[in-house]
Amino acid sequence: MITDFMTGEHRHCDQLFALAESAANDDHLDGARSAYAEFEAALLGHLDMEEQVLFPAFEARTGMNGGPTAVMRMEHEQMRAVLGQMQRALAGGSMDDFLGLAETLNVLIQQHNMKEEHMLYPMTDRALAGEAGAIIERMRAL
Amino acid sequence: MTSAALSLEQAPPLSVPLRFFLTAPLFGMAAAAMLLLAGPDVLLSRWSPATLALTHLFVLGVLTMVMCGALFQMLPVLVGAHVRRPRLWGGICHGLLAGGTAALAAAFLTTAPLAFRCALMLLGGGLALFVVVLGGGLLRAPRVHDSVRGMRWAAGGLAVTVGLGLALTLGHAWASLPILRVPLTDLHLSWGLLGWVALLITVVSWQVIPMFQMTPEYPRWLRRWMPAAIFALLAWFSLSAAVTWPGSSLPLAGLAAACAGYAVWTLVLLAQRRRTIGDVNLWFWRLGMAALIAAALFALAGRFGLPPAASRLALAPALLFLAGFALSVVNGMLYKIVPFLVWLHLQQRIGEHPAARGQVAPPNMRAVIREPRARAQWWLHAAGLTLLLAGLAAPVLLRPAAVVWFASFALLGYNLFTAARLYRSEAARIAACG
Ligand SMILES: [Fe+2]
Repeated sequence: MITDFMTGEHRHCDQLFALAESAANDDHLDGARSAYAEFEAALLGHLDMEEQVLFPAFEARTGMNGGPTAVMRMEHEQMRAVLGQMQRALAGGSMDDFLGLAETLNVLIQQHNMKEEHMLYPMTDRALAGEAGAIIERMRAL
Repeated sequence: MTSAALSLEQAPPLSVPLRFFLTAPLFGMAAAAMLLLAGPDVLLSRWSPATLALTHLFVLGVLTMVMCGALFQMLPVLVGAHVRRPRLWGGICHGLLAGGTAALAAAFLTTAPLAFRCALMLLGGGLALFVVVLGGGLLRAPRVHDSVRGMRWAAGGLAVTVGLGLALTLGHAWASLPILRVPLTDLHLSWGLLGWVALLITVVSWQVIPMFQMTPEYPRWLRRWMPAAIFALLAWFSLSAAVTWPGSSLPLAGLAAACAGYAVWTLVLLAQRRRTIGDVNLWFWRLGMAALIAAALFALAGRFGLPPAASRLALAPALLFLAGFALSVVNGMLYKIVPFLVWLHLQQRIGEHPAARGQVAPPNMRAVIREPRARAQWWLHAAGLTLLLAGLAAPVLLRPAAVVWFASFALLGYNLFTAARLYRSEAARIAACG
Protein backbone atom coordinates (compact mmCIF):
# COMPACT_ATOMS: atom_id res chain seq x y z
CA MET A 1 0.00 0.00 0.00
CA ILE A 2 1.40 3.31 -1.13
CA THR A 3 -0.69 5.14 1.50
CA ASP A 4 0.90 3.25 4.40
CA PHE A 5 4.43 3.58 3.11
CA MET A 6 4.16 7.30 2.40
CA THR A 7 2.35 8.03 5.68
CA GLY A 8 5.26 6.35 7.48
CA GLU A 9 7.61 8.65 5.58
CA HIS A 10 5.65 11.66 6.80
CA ARG A 11 5.88 10.57 10.43
CA HIS A 12 9.62 9.99 10.05
CA CYS A 13 10.08 13.55 8.76
CA ASP A 14 7.95 14.83 11.68
CA GLN A 15 10.29 13.16 14.15
CA LEU A 16 13.37 14.71 12.61
CA PHE A 17 11.62 18.09 12.50
CA ALA A 18 10.82 17.92 16.21
CA LEU A 19 14.47 17.14 17.03
CA ALA A 20 15.74 20.11 15.03
CA GLU A 21 13.19 22.45 16.53
CA SER A 22 13.94 21.28 20.08
CA ALA A 23 17.66 21.82 19.62
CA ALA A 24 17.03 25.32 18.31
CA ASN A 25 14.64 26.04 21.16
CA ASP A 26 17.34 25.01 23.64
CA ASP A 27 19.75 27.37 21.87
CA HIS A 28 22.09 24.56 20.82
CA LEU A 29 23.29 26.12 17.58
CA ASP A 30 25.52 23.19 16.57
CA GLY A 31 22.94 20.59 17.53
CA ALA A 32 20.25 22.52 15.65
CA ARG A 33 22.42 22.72 12.54
CA SER A 34 23.11 19.00 12.38
CA ALA A 35 19.53 17.99 13.30
CA TYR A 36 18.21 20.45 10.75
CA ALA A 37 20.48 19.07 8.03
CA GLU A 38 19.15 15.59 8.71
CA PHE A 39 15.53 16.78 8.61
CA GLU A 40 16.06 18.78 5.43
CA ALA A 41 17.65 15.83 3.65
CA ALA A 42 14.76 13.56 4.65
CA LEU A 43 12.10 16.04 3.58
CA LEU A 44 13.74 16.86 0.24
CA GLY A 45 14.19 13.12 -0.39
CA HIS A 46 10.50 12.58 0.27
CA LEU A 47 9.50 15.39 -2.10
CA ASP A 48 11.76 13.85 -4.77
CA MET A 49 10.10 10.45 -4.34
CA GLU A 50 6.76 12.03 -5.09
CA GLU A 51 7.82 14.32 -7.90
CA GLN A 52 10.09 11.87 -9.71
CA VAL A 53 8.31 8.55 -9.18
CA LEU A 54 4.84 8.63 -7.65
CA PHE A 55 3.30 11.68 -9.36
CA PRO A 56 4.53 10.85 -12.88
CA ALA A 57 3.24 7.28 -12.53
CA PHE A 58 -0.12 8.56 -11.32
CA GLU A 59 -0.31 11.20 -14.07
CA ALA A 60 0.60 8.69 -16.76
CA ARG A 61 -2.04 6.25 -15.59
CA THR A 62 -4.90 8.72 -15.07
CA GLY A 63 -4.02 11.41 -17.60
CA MET A 64 -4.49 14.03 -14.85
CA ASN A 65 -1.62 16.47 -15.26
CA GLY A 66 -3.14 19.74 -14.09
CA GLY A 67 -5.12 18.27 -11.21
CA PRO A 68 -4.19 17.31 -7.68
CA THR A 69 -0.53 16.63 -8.39
CA ALA A 70 -0.07 20.15 -9.74
CA VAL A 71 -1.39 21.59 -6.45
CA MET A 72 0.91 19.26 -4.48
CA ARG A 73 3.93 20.29 -6.56
CA MET A 74 3.11 23.94 -5.93
CA GLU A 75 3.00 23.32 -2.18
CA HIS A 76 6.33 21.50 -2.40
CA GLU A 77 7.79 24.66 -3.92
CA GLN A 78 6.44 26.65 -0.97
CA MET A 79 8.12 24.20 1.40
CA ARG A 80 11.42 24.52 -0.42
CA ALA A 81 11.21 28.29 -0.17
CA VAL A 82 10.76 28.10 3.62
CA LEU A 83 13.59 25.55 3.90
CA GLY A 84 15.87 28.04 2.16
CA GLN A 85 14.90 30.76 4.62
CA MET A 86 15.45 28.42 7.58
CA GLN A 87 18.90 27.58 6.32
CA ARG A 88 19.78 31.26 6.08
CA ALA A 89 18.43 31.89 9.57
CA LEU A 90 20.58 29.07 10.97
CA ALA A 91 23.64 30.27 9.11
CA GLY A 92 23.14 33.71 10.62
CA GLY A 93 22.54 32.18 14.06
CA SER A 94 19.14 33.87 14.32
CA MET A 95 17.14 31.40 16.40
CA ASP A 96 13.97 33.49 16.66
CA ASP A 97 13.63 33.65 12.91
CA PHE A 98 14.42 29.96 12.66
CA LEU A 99 11.73 29.01 15.19
CA GLY A 100 9.12 31.25 13.57
CA LEU A 101 9.90 29.72 10.19
CA ALA A 102 9.83 26.23 11.70
CA GLU A 103 6.35 26.85 13.07
CA THR A 104 5.21 28.06 9.64
CA LEU A 105 6.78 25.11 7.85
CA ASN A 106 5.14 22.67 10.24
CA VAL A 107 1.63 23.99 9.59
CA LEU A 108 2.33 24.05 5.87
CA ILE A 109 3.62 20.47 5.88
CA GLN A 110 0.83 19.14 8.10
CA GLN A 111 -2.04 20.51 6.05
CA HIS A 112 -0.29 19.28 2.91
CA ASN A 113 0.25 15.81 4.40
CA MET A 114 -3.35 15.61 5.48
CA LYS A 115 -4.51 16.20 1.90
CA GLU A 116 -2.09 13.58 0.64
CA GLU A 117 -2.91 10.97 3.26
CA HIS A 118 -6.68 11.42 3.03
CA MET A 119 -7.03 12.04 -0.68
CA LEU A 120 -4.09 11.73 -3.01
CA TYR A 121 -2.43 8.56 -1.71
CA PRO A 122 -5.70 6.61 -1.65
CA MET A 123 -6.26 7.84 -5.23
CA THR A 124 -2.82 6.57 -6.26
CA ASP A 125 -3.48 3.24 -4.53
CA ARG A 126 -6.64 2.86 -6.58
CA ALA A 127 -5.10 4.02 -9.86
CA LEU A 128 -1.86 2.05 -9.52
CA ALA A 129 -3.21 -1.02 -7.76
CA GLY A 130 -1.06 -3.62 -9.57
CA GLU A 131 2.26 -1.74 -9.43
CA ALA A 132 2.30 -0.43 -5.84
CA GLY A 133 5.17 -2.73 -4.82
CA ALA A 134 7.32 -1.78 -7.81
CA ILE A 135 6.68 1.94 -7.28
CA ILE A 136 7.64 1.74 -3.62
CA GLU A 137 10.86 -0.05 -4.64
CA ARG A 138 11.67 2.69 -7.15
CA MET A 139 11.06 5.37 -4.54
CA ARG A 140 13.29 3.59 -2.02
CA ALA A 141 16.04 3.34 -4.63
CA LEU A 142 16.25 7.11 -5.13
CA MET B 1 -12.44 12.80 -10.27
CA THR B 2 -12.71 16.49 -11.13
CA SER B 3 -14.32 17.42 -7.82
CA ALA B 4 -11.53 15.62 -5.97
CA ALA B 5 -9.00 17.56 -8.03
CA LEU B 6 -10.68 20.86 -7.29
CA SER B 7 -10.83 20.23 -3.57
CA LEU B 8 -7.07 19.88 -3.31
CA GLU B 9 -6.77 23.52 -4.23
CA GLN B 10 -5.68 25.85 -1.53
CA ALA B 11 -7.76 28.07 0.69
CA PRO B 12 -10.71 30.32 -0.22
CA PRO B 13 -9.95 34.08 -0.26
CA LEU B 14 -8.55 35.36 3.04
CA SER B 15 -11.47 37.75 3.49
CA VAL B 16 -13.91 34.82 3.85
CA PRO B 17 -12.71 33.44 7.21
CA LEU B 18 -11.18 36.72 8.39
CA ARG B 19 -14.46 38.62 8.51
CA PHE B 20 -15.82 36.01 10.94
CA PHE B 21 -12.64 36.06 13.05
CA LEU B 22 -12.49 39.86 13.31
CA THR B 23 -16.17 40.11 14.28
CA ALA B 24 -15.98 37.58 17.12
CA PRO B 25 -13.97 39.73 19.59
CA LEU B 26 -16.46 42.58 19.09
CA PHE B 27 -19.32 40.37 20.27
CA GLY B 28 -17.10 39.20 23.13
CA MET B 29 -16.55 42.81 24.17
CA ALA B 30 -20.30 43.46 23.93
CA ALA B 31 -21.01 40.47 26.18
CA ALA B 32 -18.40 41.65 28.69
CA ALA B 33 -19.83 45.18 28.61
CA MET B 34 -23.28 43.77 29.34
CA LEU B 35 -21.94 41.84 32.32
CA LEU B 36 -20.27 45.02 33.56
CA LEU B 37 -23.45 47.11 33.25
CA ALA B 38 -25.82 44.54 34.69
CA GLY B 39 -23.39 43.66 37.48
CA PRO B 40 -24.11 41.00 40.07
CA ASP B 41 -27.82 40.85 39.13
CA VAL B 42 -26.97 39.10 35.94
CA LEU B 43 -26.35 35.37 36.28
CA LEU B 44 -28.83 35.32 39.17
CA SER B 45 -30.63 32.69 37.20
CA ARG B 46 -30.40 31.32 33.69
CA TRP B 47 -33.80 32.88 32.90
CA SER B 48 -33.00 36.55 33.49
CA PRO B 49 -33.13 38.58 30.23
CA ALA B 50 -29.58 39.86 30.64
CA THR B 51 -28.27 36.32 31.18
CA LEU B 52 -30.00 35.08 28.04
CA ALA B 53 -28.78 38.05 25.99
CA LEU B 54 -25.24 37.63 27.28
CA THR B 55 -25.18 33.88 26.66
CA HIS B 56 -26.31 34.23 23.07
CA LEU B 57 -23.95 37.12 22.34
CA PHE B 58 -21.20 34.80 23.48
CA VAL B 59 -22.30 31.47 22.01
CA LEU B 60 -23.48 32.81 18.65
CA GLY B 61 -21.41 35.98 18.33
CA VAL B 62 -18.09 34.53 19.51
CA LEU B 63 -18.05 30.73 19.42
CA THR B 64 -20.31 29.97 16.46
CA MET B 65 -18.89 32.96 14.59
CA VAL B 66 -15.33 31.61 14.78
CA MET B 67 -16.41 28.02 14.13
CA CYS B 68 -18.28 29.04 10.96
CA GLY B 69 -15.34 31.05 9.67
CA ALA B 70 -12.92 28.25 10.45
CA LEU B 71 -15.11 25.67 8.72
CA PHE B 72 -15.42 27.75 5.54
CA GLN B 73 -11.63 27.75 5.63
CA MET B 74 -10.86 24.23 6.79
CA LEU B 75 -13.52 22.10 5.17
CA PRO B 76 -11.47 21.62 1.99
CA VAL B 77 -8.43 20.49 3.98
CA LEU B 78 -10.20 18.49 6.70
CA VAL B 79 -12.63 16.54 4.57
CA GLY B 80 -11.50 17.23 1.01
CA ALA B 81 -14.80 18.91 0.21
CA HIS B 82 -14.79 22.02 -1.88
CA VAL B 83 -17.12 24.85 -0.79
CA ARG B 84 -18.68 26.43 -3.84
CA ARG B 85 -18.69 30.22 -4.14
CA PRO B 86 -17.18 30.75 -0.66
CA ARG B 87 -17.04 34.53 -0.99
CA LEU B 88 -20.78 34.80 -1.69
CA TRP B 89 -22.07 32.24 0.82
CA GLY B 90 -19.51 33.18 3.47
CA GLY B 91 -20.43 36.84 3.17
CA ILE B 92 -24.18 36.21 3.41
CA CYS B 93 -23.78 33.75 6.28
CA HIS B 94 -21.58 36.21 8.19
CA GLY B 95 -23.98 39.12 7.70
CA LEU B 96 -27.03 37.13 8.78
CA LEU B 97 -25.26 35.60 11.78
CA ALA B 98 -23.93 38.95 13.02
CA GLY B 99 -27.22 40.79 12.46
CA GLY B 100 -29.29 37.96 13.92
CA THR B 101 -27.13 37.70 17.05
CA ALA B 102 -27.47 41.43 17.71
CA ALA B 103 -31.23 41.25 17.08
CA LEU B 104 -31.62 38.30 19.44
CA ALA B 105 -29.70 40.05 22.23
CA ALA B 106 -31.88 43.13 21.76
CA ALA B 107 -34.97 40.92 21.76
CA PHE B 108 -34.10 39.32 25.10
CA LEU B 109 -33.45 42.73 26.66
CA THR B 110 -36.58 44.47 25.32
CA THR B 111 -38.84 41.36 25.05
CA ALA B 112 -40.31 43.05 21.96
CA PRO B 113 -41.96 40.46 19.70
CA LEU B 114 -40.80 42.39 16.63
CA ALA B 115 -37.15 41.99 17.68
CA PHE B 116 -37.71 38.25 18.13
CA ARG B 117 -39.21 38.06 14.64
CA CYS B 118 -36.17 39.84 13.18
CA ALA B 119 -33.82 37.51 15.05
CA LEU B 120 -35.83 34.53 13.90
CA MET B 121 -35.47 35.41 10.25
CA LEU B 122 -31.85 36.54 10.31
CA LEU B 123 -30.49 33.74 12.50
CA GLY B 124 -32.74 31.12 11.00
CA GLY B 125 -31.58 32.09 7.52
CA GLY B 126 -27.89 32.40 8.40
CA LEU B 127 -27.61 29.18 10.37
CA ALA B 128 -29.77 27.18 7.96
CA LEU B 129 -27.54 28.40 5.14
CA PHE B 130 -24.50 27.33 7.11
CA VAL B 131 -25.94 23.88 7.84
CA VAL B 132 -26.63 23.46 4.12
CA VAL B 133 -23.11 24.56 3.09
CA LEU B 134 -21.50 22.36 5.76
CA GLY B 135 -23.80 19.42 5.13
CA GLY B 136 -23.40 19.70 1.36
CA GLY B 137 -19.62 19.72 1.68
CA LEU B 138 -19.72 16.71 4.00
CA LEU B 139 -21.98 14.77 1.64
CA ARG B 140 -19.67 15.50 -1.29
CA ALA B 141 -16.56 14.39 0.64
CA PRO B 142 -14.68 12.15 -1.78
CA ARG B 143 -13.61 9.80 0.97
CA VAL B 144 -15.50 9.10 4.19
CA HIS B 145 -13.00 8.82 7.03
CA ASP B 146 -13.53 9.25 10.77
CA SER B 147 -13.45 13.04 10.67
CA VAL B 148 -16.05 13.26 7.93
CA ARG B 149 -18.25 10.86 9.85
CA GLY B 150 -17.75 12.81 13.10
CA MET B 151 -18.47 16.15 11.47
CA ARG B 152 -21.69 14.78 10.01
CA TRP B 153 -22.83 14.05 13.56
CA ALA B 154 -21.81 17.57 14.62
CA ALA B 155 -23.73 19.09 11.70
CA GLY B 156 -26.74 17.02 12.80
CA GLY B 157 -26.31 18.38 16.34
CA LEU B 158 -26.24 21.93 15.00
CA ALA B 159 -29.38 21.31 12.96
CA VAL B 160 -31.24 20.01 16.05
CA THR B 161 -30.01 22.99 18.12
CA VAL B 162 -31.08 25.52 15.52
CA GLY B 163 -34.45 23.82 15.11
CA LEU B 164 -35.11 23.92 18.87
CA GLY B 165 -33.87 27.51 19.07
CA LEU B 166 -36.20 28.59 16.26
CA ALA B 167 -39.13 26.88 17.98
CA LEU B 168 -38.33 28.77 21.19
CA THR B 169 -38.02 32.06 19.33
CA LEU B 170 -41.38 31.44 17.67
CA GLY B 171 -42.86 31.26 21.16
CA HIS B 172 -41.38 34.68 22.00
CA ALA B 173 -42.34 36.22 18.66
CA TRP B 174 -45.96 35.08 18.70
CA ALA B 175 -47.09 34.71 22.32
CA SER B 176 -50.18 32.76 21.30
CA LEU B 177 -48.11 29.80 20.14
CA PRO B 178 -48.02 26.95 22.64
CA ILE B 179 -44.29 26.37 23.14
CA LEU B 180 -43.16 24.30 26.13
CA ARG B 181 -40.45 26.70 27.14
CA VAL B 182 -38.72 24.95 30.05
CA PRO B 183 -38.13 21.46 28.59
CA LEU B 184 -37.35 22.87 25.15
CA THR B 185 -34.78 25.26 26.61
CA ASP B 186 -33.07 22.40 28.41
CA LEU B 187 -32.90 20.43 25.18
CA HIS B 188 -31.74 23.44 23.15
CA LEU B 189 -28.97 24.04 25.67
CA SER B 190 -27.74 20.46 25.85
CA TRP B 191 -27.82 19.90 22.09
CA GLY B 192 -26.07 23.21 21.49
CA LEU B 193 -23.30 22.61 24.01
CA LEU B 194 -22.71 18.91 23.47
CA GLY B 195 -24.20 18.03 20.09
CA TRP B 196 -22.64 20.96 18.28
CA VAL B 197 -19.84 22.69 20.23
CA ALA B 198 -18.30 19.66 21.96
CA LEU B 199 -18.68 17.33 18.99
CA LEU B 200 -17.14 19.76 16.54
CA ILE B 201 -14.23 20.54 18.86
CA THR B 202 -13.46 16.87 19.54
CA VAL B 203 -13.59 15.95 15.85
CA VAL B 204 -11.31 18.84 14.93
CA SER B 205 -9.00 18.06 17.86
CA TRP B 206 -8.14 14.55 16.77
CA GLN B 207 -6.90 16.02 13.52
CA VAL B 208 -5.11 19.10 14.78
CA ILE B 209 -3.58 17.96 18.08
CA PRO B 210 -1.45 15.17 16.58
CA MET B 211 -0.55 17.53 13.71
CA PHE B 212 0.36 20.68 15.54
CA GLN B 213 1.75 19.24 18.76
CA MET B 214 3.11 16.00 17.26
CA THR B 215 1.46 13.68 19.74
CA PRO B 216 0.43 10.06 19.17
CA GLU B 217 -2.94 9.71 17.43
CA TYR B 218 -6.22 9.41 19.32
CA PRO B 219 -7.20 5.72 19.40
CA ARG B 220 -9.20 4.38 16.48
CA TRP B 221 -12.19 3.26 18.59
CA LEU B 222 -12.54 6.72 20.12
CA ARG B 223 -12.57 8.43 16.72
CA ARG B 224 -14.98 5.87 15.42
CA TRP B 225 -17.51 5.72 18.25
CA MET B 226 -17.38 8.85 20.36
CA PRO B 227 -19.49 11.13 18.10
CA ALA B 228 -22.19 8.50 17.62
CA ALA B 229 -22.14 7.69 21.35
CA ILE B 230 -22.57 11.35 22.33
CA PHE B 231 -25.36 11.71 19.83
CA ALA B 232 -27.12 8.61 21.15
CA LEU B 233 -26.71 9.71 24.78
CA LEU B 234 -28.17 13.10 23.88
CA ALA B 235 -31.15 11.46 22.23
CA TRP B 236 -31.66 9.29 25.33
CA PHE B 237 -31.27 12.38 27.52
CA SER B 238 -33.93 14.17 25.41
CA LEU B 239 -36.34 11.29 25.82
CA SER B 240 -35.83 11.10 29.56
CA ALA B 241 -36.54 14.84 29.78
CA ALA B 242 -39.97 14.15 28.30
CA VAL B 243 -40.81 11.08 30.34
CA THR B 244 -39.44 10.60 33.84
CA TRP B 245 -38.37 7.07 34.44
CA PRO B 246 -35.92 5.31 36.72
CA GLY B 247 -32.37 5.68 35.49
CA SER B 248 -32.93 9.09 33.94
CA SER B 249 -29.62 10.35 35.28
CA LEU B 250 -27.74 7.66 33.36
CA PRO B 251 -27.45 9.58 30.07
CA LEU B 252 -26.20 12.65 31.93
CA ALA B 253 -23.64 10.57 33.76
CA GLY B 254 -22.64 9.02 30.43
CA LEU B 255 -22.21 12.40 28.77
CA ALA B 256 -20.17 13.74 31.68
CA ALA B 257 -17.99 10.63 31.64
CA ALA B 258 -17.47 10.88 27.87
CA CYS B 259 -16.44 14.55 28.11
CA ALA B 260 -14.13 14.01 31.09
CA GLY B 261 -12.64 10.88 29.53
CA TYR B 262 -11.93 12.69 26.28
CA ALA B 263 -10.32 15.58 28.16
CA VAL B 264 -8.11 13.30 30.24
CA TRP B 265 -7.08 11.43 27.11
CA THR B 266 -6.16 14.70 25.42
CA LEU B 267 -4.05 15.81 28.38
CA VAL B 268 -2.24 12.45 28.36
CA LEU B 269 -1.55 12.80 24.62
CA LEU B 270 -0.28 16.35 25.12
CA ALA B 271 2.10 15.07 27.80
CA GLN B 272 3.59 12.73 25.17
CA ARG B 273 4.09 15.34 22.48
CA ARG B 274 7.34 15.33 20.56
CA ARG B 275 7.59 19.07 20.04
CA THR B 276 9.17 20.56 23.13
CA ILE B 277 8.16 24.14 22.33
CA GLY B 278 5.39 25.27 24.65
CA ASP B 279 3.44 27.60 22.39
CA VAL B 280 0.35 29.54 23.40
CA ASN B 281 -1.86 27.11 21.48
CA LEU B 282 -0.77 24.37 23.88
CA TRP B 283 -1.58 26.52 26.90
CA PHE B 284 -5.09 27.14 25.58
CA TRP B 285 -5.66 23.43 24.96
CA ARG B 286 -4.50 22.48 28.44
CA LEU B 287 -6.64 25.12 30.12
CA GLY B 288 -9.62 24.07 28.01
CA MET B 289 -9.27 20.40 28.91
CA ALA B 290 -8.90 21.15 32.63
CA ALA B 291 -12.07 23.26 32.46
CA LEU B 292 -13.94 20.49 30.63
CA ILE B 293 -13.07 17.99 33.36
CA ALA B 294 -14.22 20.46 36.02
CA ALA B 295 -17.44 21.14 34.08
CA ALA B 296 -18.22 17.41 33.92
CA LEU B 297 -17.59 16.98 37.66
CA PHE B 298 -19.79 19.98 38.54
CA ALA B 299 -22.55 18.71 36.26
CA LEU B 300 -22.48 15.31 37.98
CA ALA B 301 -22.49 16.90 41.43
CA GLY B 302 -25.42 19.10 40.36
CA ARG B 303 -27.42 15.99 39.57
CA PHE B 304 -27.15 15.01 43.21
CA GLY B 305 -28.24 18.42 44.45
CA LEU B 306 -24.77 19.87 45.02
CA PRO B 307 -24.84 22.84 44.79
CA PRO B 308 -28.61 23.54 45.11
CA ALA B 309 -30.24 24.37 41.78
CA ALA B 310 -31.37 27.78 43.03
CA SER B 311 -27.86 28.97 43.80
CA ARG B 312 -25.66 30.84 41.33
CA LEU B 313 -23.19 27.98 41.55
CA ALA B 314 -25.64 25.88 39.55
CA LEU B 315 -24.34 27.88 36.56
CA ALA B 316 -20.78 26.61 37.12
CA PRO B 317 -20.91 23.66 34.66
CA ALA B 318 -22.20 25.85 31.81
CA LEU B 319 -19.67 28.61 32.55
CA LEU B 320 -16.77 26.16 32.76
CA PHE B 321 -17.88 24.53 29.54
CA LEU B 322 -18.39 27.72 27.54
CA ALA B 323 -15.82 30.19 28.85
CA GLY B 324 -13.35 27.56 30.06
CA PHE B 325 -13.46 24.74 27.52
CA ALA B 326 -14.98 26.02 24.27
CA LEU B 327 -13.60 29.55 24.32
CA SER B 328 -10.09 28.41 25.28
CA VAL B 329 -9.91 25.98 22.38
CA VAL B 330 -11.41 28.40 19.86
CA ASN B 331 -9.19 31.24 21.04
CA GLY B 332 -6.08 29.06 20.86
CA MET B 333 -6.92 27.85 17.37
CA LEU B 334 -7.17 31.44 16.13
CA TYR B 335 -3.48 31.89 16.98
CA LYS B 336 -2.64 28.99 14.65
CA ILE B 337 -5.10 29.69 11.85
CA VAL B 338 -4.78 33.44 11.37
CA PRO B 339 -0.96 33.76 11.24
CA PHE B 340 -0.75 30.79 8.89
CA LEU B 341 -3.42 32.17 6.57
CA VAL B 342 -1.71 35.55 6.42
CA TRP B 343 1.56 33.84 5.54
CA LEU B 344 -0.07 31.50 3.00
CA HIS B 345 -1.97 34.19 1.14
CA LEU B 346 1.08 36.46 1.00
CA GLN B 347 3.04 33.52 -0.37
CA GLN B 348 0.41 33.07 -3.06
CA ARG B 349 0.52 36.80 -3.88
CA ILE B 350 4.26 36.49 -4.40
CA GLY B 351 3.56 33.57 -6.74
CA GLU B 352 1.32 35.86 -8.78
CA HIS B 353 3.92 38.66 -8.94
CA PRO B 354 7.12 37.09 -10.22
CA ALA B 355 8.98 40.40 -9.83
CA ALA B 356 8.46 40.21 -6.07
CA ARG B 357 10.18 36.83 -5.82
CA GLY B 358 13.45 37.23 -3.98
CA GLN B 359 12.57 40.83 -3.12
CA VAL B 360 9.89 40.22 -0.51
CA ALA B 361 9.64 37.25 1.86
CA PRO B 362 6.32 36.91 3.70
CA PRO B 363 6.63 37.38 7.48
CA ASN B 364 6.65 34.01 9.29
CA MET B 365 3.81 33.05 11.64
CA ARG B 366 5.52 34.38 14.75
CA ALA B 367 6.19 37.68 13.04
CA VAL B 368 2.51 38.00 12.09
CA ILE B 369 1.35 37.72 15.71
CA ARG B 370 4.13 38.00 18.28
CA GLU B 371 4.08 35.21 20.84
CA PRO B 372 4.35 37.51 23.93
CA ARG B 373 1.21 39.38 22.91
CA ALA B 374 -0.70 36.14 22.43
CA ARG B 375 0.58 34.94 25.78
CA ALA B 376 -0.54 38.16 27.48
CA GLN B 377 -4.01 37.53 26.11
CA TRP B 378 -3.93 33.98 27.50
CA TRP B 379 -3.23 35.40 30.95
CA LEU B 380 -6.16 37.82 30.67
CA HIS B 381 -8.36 34.95 29.51
CA ALA B 382 -7.30 32.72 32.41
CA ALA B 383 -7.72 35.56 34.91
CA GLY B 384 -11.18 36.37 33.52
CA LEU B 385 -12.22 32.75 33.85
CA THR B 386 -10.97 32.53 37.43
CA LEU B 387 -12.72 35.74 38.47
CA LEU B 388 -15.95 34.70 36.78
CA LEU B 389 -16.02 31.39 38.64
CA ALA B 390 -15.12 33.07 41.91
CA GLY B 391 -17.87 35.58 41.14
CA LEU B 392 -20.46 32.81 41.32
CA ALA B 393 -19.57 32.41 45.01
CA ALA B 394 -18.77 36.08 45.69
CA PRO B 395 -20.88 38.23 43.29
CA VAL B 396 -18.83 41.33 44.09
CA LEU B 397 -16.18 39.85 41.81
CA LEU B 398 -18.45 39.74 38.75
CA ARG B 399 -17.76 43.34 37.71
CA PRO B 400 -13.96 42.94 37.92
CA ALA B 401 -14.41 39.72 35.94
CA ALA B 402 -16.27 41.68 33.25
CA VAL B 403 -13.46 44.24 33.04
CA VAL B 404 -10.84 41.52 32.59
CA TRP B 405 -12.95 39.73 29.95
CA PHE B 406 -13.38 42.98 28.08
CA ALA B 407 -9.63 43.50 28.10
CA SER B 408 -9.04 39.92 26.95
CA PHE B 409 -11.39 40.23 23.96
CA ALA B 410 -9.98 43.67 23.15
CA LEU B 411 -6.43 42.30 23.08
CA LEU B 412 -7.54 39.31 21.00
CA GLY B 413 -9.22 41.68 18.56
CA TYR B 414 -6.13 43.87 18.45
CA ASN B 415 -3.85 40.89 17.81
CA LEU B 416 -6.04 39.68 14.94
CA PHE B 417 -6.48 43.19 13.58
CA THR B 418 -2.74 43.82 13.44
CA ALA B 419 -2.35 40.54 11.53
CA ALA B 420 -4.95 41.68 8.98
CA ARG B 421 -3.27 45.08 8.71
CA LEU B 422 0.12 43.45 8.16
CA TYR B 423 -1.42 41.38 5.38
CA ARG B 424 -2.68 44.53 3.66
CA SER B 425 0.59 46.39 3.85
CA GLU B 426 2.68 43.41 2.72
CA ALA B 427 0.27 42.63 -0.12
CA ALA B 428 0.58 46.24 -1.28
CA ARG B 429 4.36 45.95 -1.12
CA ILE B 430 4.25 42.83 -3.27
CA ALA B 431 1.90 44.43 -5.78
CA ALA B 432 4.23 47.44 -6.01
CA CYS B 433 7.02 45.17 -7.28
CA GLY B 434 5.00 44.81 -10.47
FE1 LIG C 1 3.89 15.90 -0.88
